[in-house]
Amino acid sequence: MVSTEQSCWFIRKVICWRAVASIAWAVLLLPPITLVFVIISKFSFLHPIQTISECLYLLTSASGIFSFILLCGVILIVGFLHLEYYTVIPTIACSKIALLGQLLHPRHFINSLVHCFMGVIVAWCCAVTMGLRYETLGYPCTESDGHPQMCLNEYHLILLLAGAFVGFSHSLLGVIYNMNYVSFHTVQQYKYLRFKRCLPLVVKCSATQALYSVRNYIVMYLFLGYIPRAWICKTLNLHLDSSVHPLDSIAGLLDLSLLYHLWSSATFLLLTWNITLLLFRIFVTEVYSFPVQSSFTEDSHQCLPKVLTEKQPMILKFLALQDLALLSQHSPSRRCEVFSLSQPGGHPHNWNAISKECLSLLTDLTQRLVAYHDTVATNGRAKSLSSGSERKTSSETSVTSGTEDLMSPRPVFLMKTPASVFARSVAGTPQSPLTSLFTPDLDSPFASPALRRLTAPVDQCSPWYGTVQSPHIMRRAPKLWSTSTDSQVNGSPTPSPASVPSPKPEPSKPSFLAQFLQNRKEQLPEASSQALFADSQAHIWALEGLSYLVQASFSEDQFGVVQTTLPSILSCMLVLQEAVDRHFKLPHASSKPVRSTSSMGDSTYKTLRFALRATLKTAIYRITTTFGDHLNAVQISAEHRKRLQQFLEYKE
Amino acid sequence: MCSLALFPPPLPSGQTTLCESNNELLSGASTEDRLKQESSPLSLHFPRESLKLHSRTESSSKAAFLDHSETLWMRSAAAWRDGGFTGLLNEITNSHTEVPKWLSMSSGCILALLRWVSSFHGSLFPHLTLSSEDMIAEFSQVLNWSDCVVRAFAWHPHTDKFAVALLDDSIKIYNPKSATTPTLKHRLQRSVAAVQWKPLCASALAVACQNCLLVWHVDPCSLSTRPSSGCAQVLSHPGHSPVTSIAWSPSGSLLLSASPMDSTMMVWDVAAESCVPLQRVGGGGVSFLSWSPDGSHVLASTPSALFRVWETRMWTCERWPCVKGRCQSGCWSPDGSRLLFTVQGEMVIYALTFTDAPGVPTSTSQGPQAAAVVADLSETTFSTPDGDIVVGGEIQSLVWDPRGERLAVLLKGDPQAADRPAIIAVFKTRANPIFELLPCGFVQGEAGAEPRLMQFHPNFQHGALLTVCWSNGRITHVPFYFVSAGVPHFGLSGSPLLPHPQQRPADFVNQSLFTEFLS
Repeated sequence: MVSTEQSCWFIRKVICWRAVASIAWAVLLLPPITLVFVIISKFSFLHPIQTISECLYLLTSASGIFSFILLCGVILIVGFLHLEYYTVIPTIACSKIALLGQLLHPRHFINSLVHCFMGVIVAWCCAVTMGLRYETLGYPCTESDGHPQMCLNEYHLILLLAGAFVGFSHSLLGVIYNMNYVSFHTVQQYKYLRFKRCLPLVVKCSATQALYSVRNYIVMYLFLGYIPRAWICKTLNLHLDSSVHPLDSIAGLLDLSLLYHLWSSATFLLLTWNITLLLFRIFVTEVYSFPVQSSFTEDSHQCLPKVLTEKQPMILKFLALQDLALLSQHSPSRRCEVFSLSQPGGHPHNWNAISKECLSLLTDLTQRLVAYHDTVATNGRAKSLSSGSERKTSSETSVTSGTEDLMSPRPVFLMKTPASVFARSVAGTPQSPLTSLFTPDLDSPFASPALRRLTAPVDQCSPWYGTVQSPHIMRRAPKLWSTSTDSQVNGSPTPSPASVPSPKPEPSKPSFLAQFLQNRKEQLPEASSQALFADSQAHIWALEGLSYLVQASFSEDQFGVVQTTLPSILSCMLVLQEAVDRHFKLPHASSKPVRSTSSMGDSTYKTLRFALRATLKTAIYRITTTFGDHLNAVQISAEHRKRLQQFLEYKE
Repeated sequence: MCSLALFPPPLPSGQTTLCESNNELLSGASTEDRLKQESSPLSLHFPRESLKLHSRTESSSKAAFLDHSETLWMRSAAAWRDGGFTGLLNEITNSHTEVPKWLSMSSGCILALLRWVSSFHGSLFPHLTLSSEDMIAEFSQVLNWSDCVVRAFAWHPHTDKFAVALLDDSIKIYNPKSATTPTLKHRLQRSVAAVQWKPLCASALAVACQNCLLVWHVDPCSLSTRPSSGCAQVLSHPGHSPVTSIAWSPSGSLLLSASPMDSTMMVWDVAAESCVPLQRVGGGGVSFLSWSPDGSHVLASTPSALFRVWETRMWTCERWPCVKGRCQSGCWSPDGSRLLFTVQGEMVIYALTFTDAPGVPTSTSQGPQAAAVVADLSETTFSTPDGDIVVGGEIQSLVWDPRGERLAVLLKGDPQAADRPAIIAVFKTRANPIFELLPCGFVQGEAGAEPRLMQFHPNFQHGALLTVCWSNGRITHVPFYFVSAGVPHFGLSGSPLLPHPQQRPADFVNQSLFTEFLS
């Protein structure tokens, strides 16, 4: 939970209100959806008018209104969970074991349990509104000896359990498909139009997802259905009606009307939740216009140059960068403010702050790419750690020669890609920002001891060691959850990884479990590349913002404030271009991900690296086309000049 | 208002237009001109006989194979894959010996119902009944597209290279600075309706094909003459075919595509291969797109008497109903403030002025209230030594040079009548004190060659350079030498143009016209 002192003005004033607005719209949309659901679930072709009158009667009855209030409560909780769990940087599990760790992480587990519980509530509401045989849990029946007693209504139970199952699986799928990831769109549209465009897709997604969930649920109930039934009977002191066929048999489950009702209630459940999610995404990613400069000092912390440099919350940083990219394209008056000089003193503070922040973002990405490239061998697998780090130092220095302050280990983001879901829970702890780049959270119980051991003593400016999952390292500490203890793990932390000796053959064979886990630890192809570019939307905006501003400066910059930074902008972009080119030479890096359209999960993050590559090239071309031969007067190194000449001749 | 009567008479047969200099169009006899043209690397000739055309279409090759009996399930699955729901119904109805009677009956009924509904839909929008080839021919900017050797042409926005799409569905890329001429072929590259280079990029070329959109990445430094089909990204969306028009945003970030069959216009993020459909009710499709050079507006015309002007910040649109027919063609002034368009069935050019100052959010500013007629192109008879020639009539396409000084209009003419040839009329345009079109002259080619397609070079330094593709497969370039009157303004890419060098001496007729490219 976010405590009040941590949340900044932006969360309080903007994000919270946006979330509230989205939840309010979701609640407003609930009555029509419920009406459609009731009509669909009760419709009979033979008596259409009777159906409608029944539906209207039902919706105005006390139980109908009560269940409606319950549904509103569920929507509120779902909306709140979205606000609590959303992230703008997706969590990408680099291996299957990391994914398992994510799923079992307490924070997600609680989320799943809450969803499970809410699923039961929604299913209960569905049961009440559908009426018929689903309405109550018990019903009076007579035993064979004529003794009256309460019997269990298995139809009610199966519906409730279906709700629980669908809710639980929805939350699990949410973790796997990064449902909590909020992506930003390249095409700006009004909220209503965006919602209208996405609505058919959401309906389709919900219906198909419900179909699959119900299928899985039926199979599960067939085999395990007797357990909850017996438990309920025992705790509530209900009896089983021997005259009714039990439902956990093939004959019992092959009831078309039962399947139809299960599917329609699952669709209703998923639809209401997905619409809440959709509305939340639309509202929260809406463009926010920050003032470039303010005449009042108390508002200065809300101005764009100030806001850009802040590290938390991420959504603030992203919206600020988006605003920067848009203002640099569309609004000359605000660009003018960026290029202006401060009144007493005459310093271009705005431009300096903005360009410095954008450059440091790009430099950070360059460093990350270079470091990653050095850790992986050319076959795309992780390489031995020692050789990697040795090479790292050499290549990093060679790269740095072009840029100014590239070496300063300046953490830009709280970069916890897979751990970003947990980021807010641990935001208070002063964790070194780069320690957990695409590694599982170290505080989580699922981080392997090897990683924990490795990351502890390491200097902070090597952002890549999380991906080091070489077989040697794993073999030296393979005892994840296995009983055999290794002296190296329990012993004192080993010195820095650069001095890790070359792997020696281990005297003891790793246990079977360890070997199995090690196989699971194999990197998913492409995932590490995705993880590397997980936050690249920020870099894309930084590139766009910088390049448009530089382009505009050709005619709009009266004081020449941009000219002073032009060499560093150019060299920064060229270095990044080189690093990106090298990265795309790796196997898996340039393979296109499979597009999945029938899921609510946003898969934009999978293609961010391609978008970044295209944007980077366009950004350099934008500058070279604008300045043309004037660029020959800019002071950059000979290597970069050669590279720039390629761009000037349109040969890239 | 300008009319064709003010134009100098067309050239006698045998003379071709060479260039404009000192405010007049110069001509030459075609024989000596041909020699010169042959020597220039950018003047190309694609004789029809040199192209290997498809002897058979794919559907007809099916008959060449023996009928292979498969199970009903297999055939149904294949029909579902190939023809969708209607294909499946068709298959079930046709194989009535194998399926239960009620099934074949009911599927036959559904099929009839679907056909009835679609014929009703087709009666609202008659173009929906056309085959996809006919539809491309109907809505393409190329005159008589189906019979044209050069089907599409595109200059690169920044360098002197261009792509030519030919009748045999191949695309060739010519670059005077490199010896290699890459030929692009792809399995899906059929019936190319338009090609366009991505701005601010050296390599990406978007191709509008019959069933999809291809984006080729042709490395300019590569020596390969046949880039593999792995260099092409395939962008497709169900129901979005045939694609007849594409437009890159001038900033190079987005690609628009339109199909007359689909009422949605797709905004593609090419790198991510994702699209945002923009749908508006009415019109029955989108046939022609044109992005204003400053990137702020997009013209999207529909097959019915309606066109839309989108603003690209929040993607809202203005509806512009026409009185007579659909909007056939349109072009934007370089600063994006003025739109010229023509309407099918009318012989005039209309202008719309968008007065919003850049920077003010376009959604708040008022657009124009009505279009004004700026030129009258009704039929005019000129008497030439060869007899009377009637010029004028409906307009096929409009192009405006990147400085906004010359406007070329391709007039359809009448293919049946010999005295009504298709011809290119060029206007001078002037924005101050009031916007007006002044006559410049007609551009004519060799005897018997009709202009089919034209485009201005995006950054010709000495004025404007009009590239014309002729019906005999020849591509020629007609330069217009002039000193730009206005201040240097933003070109296609938003980049300021280089200062103009000294005007060339007037005796260039003796020289090769294209030395600029070679130097």
